[in-house]
Amino acid sequence: MQNVQPNIYRRRLLNGAVALVACRSLPAIAAPEIPDIPLLAQLLAGRTPRWERLRLELPALADNGLAVPMKLSMPGPFAPGPNVQAIHLFSEKNPVPDMATFEFPAPLEKIEIDTRVRLAGTQKVVAVAVMSDDALYAAAAEVIVTIAACLDGS
Amino acid sequence: MADSRVSVAPQARRGEPFEVRISIRHPMETGYRTNESGEHVPRNVIRRFSCRYNGTPVFAVRVTSGIAANPYFRFFVTARESGPLEFEWIDDAGVRGEARAEVKVT
Repeated sequence: MQNVQPNIYRRRLLNGAVALVACRSLPAIAAPEIPDIPLLAQLLAGRTPRWERLRLELPALADNGLAVPMKLSMPGPFAPGPNVQAIHLFSEKNPVPDMATFEFPAPLEKIEIDTRVRLAGTQKVVAVAVMSDDALYAAAAEVIVTIAACLDGS
Repeated sequence: MADSRVSVAPQARRGEPFEVRISIRHPMETGYRTNESGEHVPRNVIRRFSCRYNGTPVFAVRVTSGIAANPYFRFFVTARESGPLEFEWIDDAGVRGEARAEVKVT
């Protein structure tokens, strides 16, 4: 008995972990379908970003859209190759679609940014990194938002 | 507006990235909200946040209402020389804020 219970628990944990990894990686796979965000289209200007390297982490489910933890990261090393100049963050549904732009005036060795964002409802969030050689890397995440920011007047 | 909390590793090794965390007290009014008496609350968000290390700009954020109230940023800066990290921000009302931290590079 003592042996069985921990095993069941471990199996559940493993299942959960596998499901979580699958959920996390799905948006990245489905990402090339670019959401219709005019400002994003303007930045891309017809170019197709590479959906790799840049990582955008958002919870799959956010209870409160007023403050959703977000992490952006891109593995280095960058030198002597092109470095990251800026990372643009776009929202599909927010009244202000260009959520933020992170700028790197000097080359940084480690690109990892955490902040908290506002999300007005369930939507896709897209991040685009602009490199110093004009190459573009993109990442997207879909977030289900239970209580949206902006809408309830609070 | 001057209310902020900065957290930087007290010592960093030359050439290696060190963690910087800052949290700024600001309502980040979206301009879509009404107050208790039904009056429109005008938009007032931090527009720009920037960080200089030894006088050189190293990180900046063009901010909109997409960033949550009391903005929090965590990022990494590459250690070069001992010196100050200076943070600066400005909101729609033109109010500026600043903060500072010392980095000791070994």
